[in-house]
Amino acid sequence: MEPSMQVRATAVCGEYLTFTLGREEYGIDILKVQEIRGYEPPTRIAHAPPFLKGVINLRGVIVPIVDLRIRFDLGEPTYDQFTVVIILNIGRRVVGMVVDGVSDVIQLKSDEIKPAPEFASMLDTRYIQGLATVQARMIILIDIERLLSSPEMALIDTESSVNPNEE
Amino acid sequence: MRAVCARLEALSAGTQRRAGADVRYWVECTLSPEIAADAASVDNLLAALAEVAGCDIELRPTAEAPRLALWASTNQGEAALREILGYYAFPEEIRIEPGGPGAAHALSDADASAPAGGAAPAYGFFDDAPGGPAATVSQASDPGYGFFDAAPGTPAGQAAPAALAAEEEGYGFFDDAPGAPVASVSAAAPPVVAPPAQVCGRRASDDPSLHIVRTGRRETDKLAISATGEASSIRVAVEKVDQLINLVGELVITQAMLAQSASQLDPVEAERLLAGIDLLARNTRDLQESVMSIRMLPMSMVFSRFPRVVRDIAGKLGKQVELRTIGEATELDKGLIEKVTDPLTHLVRNSLDHGIETPERRIAAGKPPKGTLTLKAAHQGGNIVIEVMDDGAGLNRDKILAKARERGLPVHDAMSDQEVWQLIFAPGFSTAEQVTDVSGRGVGMDVVKRNIETLGGRVEIESAPGLGTRTSISLPLTLAILDGMSVRVGAEVYIVPITSVVESLQPRAEDLRTLAGEGRVVAIRGDYLPLIPLAEVFGTPGVAYEPTAGILIVVEAEGTRAVLHVDELLGQQQVVIKSLERNYRKVAGISGATILGDGRVALILDIAAVTRMGLNLNRTTHGRLAA
Repeated sequence: MEPSMQVRATAVCGEYLTFTLGREEYGIDILKVQEIRGYEPPTRIAHAPPFLKGVINLRGVIVPIVDLRIRFDLGEPTYDQFTVVIILNIGRRVVGMVVDGVSDVIQLKSDEIKPAPEFASMLDTRYIQGLATVQARMIILIDIERLLSSPEMALIDTESSVNPNEE
Repeated sequence: MRAVCARLEALSAGTQRRAGADVRYWVECTLSPEIAADAASVDNLLAALAEVAGCDIELRPTAEAPRLALWASTNQGEAALREILGYYAFPEEIRIEPGGPGAAHALSDADASAPAGGAAPAYGFFDDAPGGPAATVSQASDPGYGFFDAAPGTPAGQAAPAALAAEEEGYGFFDDAPGAPVASVSAAAPPVVAPPAQVCGRRASDDPSLHIVRTGRRETDKLAISATGEASSIRVAVEKVDQLINLVGELVITQAMLAQSASQLDPVEAERLLAGIDLLARNTRDLQESVMSIRMLPMSMVFSRFPRVVRDIAGKLGKQVELRTIGEATELDKGLIEKVTDPLTHLVRNSLDHGIETPERRIAAGKPPKGTLTLKAAHQGGNIVIEVMDDGAGLNRDKILAKARERGLPVHDAMSDQEVWQLIFAPGFSTAEQVTDVSGRGVGMDVVKRNIETLGGRVEIESAPGLGTRTSISLPLTLAILDGMSVRVGAEVYIVPITSVVESLQPRAEDLRTLAGEGRVVAIRGDYLPLIPLAEVFGTPGVAYEPTAGILIVVEAEGTRAVLHVDELLGQQQVVIKSLERNYRKVAGISGATILGDGRVALILDIAAVTRMGLNLNRTTHGRLAA
């Protein structure tokens, strides 16, 4: 693993929101979370990748909804009254993320977080901050900001994001 | 950016309150008769002054009386004012002195027709007018004060001390006003009189009494905008205005939701509720209109900077150029005003550098040595069109083609002029023989085009060799609201901008043809227009295109007509445009999103892009569009 990875992995500590995607449990930095709400059918966007479910109206703001279960191929996604959308604040953007359920908020110290082993998976290890074990459950901590602003998520228009006139 | 916003805002409000300690100057100068006779030049001068100082114009120069007199509040010192005036008048004709009460007297004998603005001129008004109107004004603005009722047509002295009491500025000037003894009246009830007097002092600044009776909130708004020297304005942070606009947008949506649910009620039983909802709809619309108008600014905000730009550049290039501006009062959304300034500056620079020739060449071409550069703004349908015209050499078709070949762009000699002109928007394209500090670096036109396109506008060029070039930018009036037609495709709702809709019609089997077995066309009154089923363009799930079902909409964008096929027309409504790009990215064929009455999101079509996508689709034979 790269040395820089190591540094970042040991430096993180704080509160994490954990949620389930399929049978896996993930954690994200709680400070990135704006709110949690129920799933409502979004407006489809033509020619968008399948994991982009569409956009919803969040109190007058148009917010894109991504489904990481589709992105990471974690079983057949179901949408029912238990399906939850985590609204995230990524940089200056607001993005919604569909998950199977929100479990908990946990506090982790930096020594509790183990670096993720290098392996080939749908989720590039670049976006994994580390792994943590809480009550015998493995929690995958993801760097959600890096993941969602990565080009492969295609959430951000590279051209418009460098446009200085953008407000 | 922030600084620009603040500046524009200050300008829009015509406010005198500025950052730093403002000093009030009395400015007088005599313009040369030909400048004074040209209203556009005078406007330019006043706009330039307004840029550095809050101005109360006392005397506007005219051909007969070329004297300019105004109060200027600025924190940039006398020199800044002198510099601007220096372009229009001889230095010895300019008199600038720090403001003092003495100067106000100079005015009372001056032209009484000069529009009065601000506190001091309001007094001037009382002086000129013999009491009657002033008293009426006070009555109209607040009839509750019996004090004035008792004295209709009393001499101005009665109102004057009230104004004094309100403003607490002892100009000592009313002493010579005719009429009742000052002391006794002001002593009678100064605290009671003060509020209405303040009102009348301000209102009186436009037209005595007439407006007051029917004046409403909106009327005063307009007046405040029209009279540049108007003192009654406030400066508000842009965020607050934007927040207001957002909230009103929300209100509109809520109102639409309410109206939708109420439409299912029994009209007899719920009569009063429905009447209330109707009223709400009307009030919401009015509110939205007035709130939107807060953001509208006149084009003079942009144009006012050009006299100087043109003078500087023309001087540098050794060219003689006269700038004309037309349609400065055309109003445009503030956000657009800010964003259109840079592209316009670039176009002006281009015209000066490449368009207008040197005096020698112009004479050789049989043209007057002085070139003319015209900036024009006008409303055209739902758009504002801003044109930059020069009477220079025009674009050189051969040179552009040669340069394009050199750069390996796909060109051929049979290209139409329009297509050739579009080449100059290619990145890095420049035909200038040498790079100057004015232009020629080849960056610019592509940026101009891109910037205008991100604003939802387009750039067009017309040019004739030897006669000049006209570049026109056409922009939507506002970024925030759009008149749209909602259409249904399968279970999805899209908004078609009404400006691009030409007509809609029922499809008839005999009008539908195919072209070489692939492209589909519709025959409409002898024209064959390409048919674009929206469901196929957007790959709407579960919808099969049925040629004779649904409805056809003839649309026009960027000069091309096409026919969209949708399942149903749902209605026409004003929609608040929400950005998709703020949280997501640009989507092909979509210019934005809006929120429907039921809270769902509907996407707004970018007709030009949809047409292009549809034509490609037709070419790739009825398949789904790749990527």
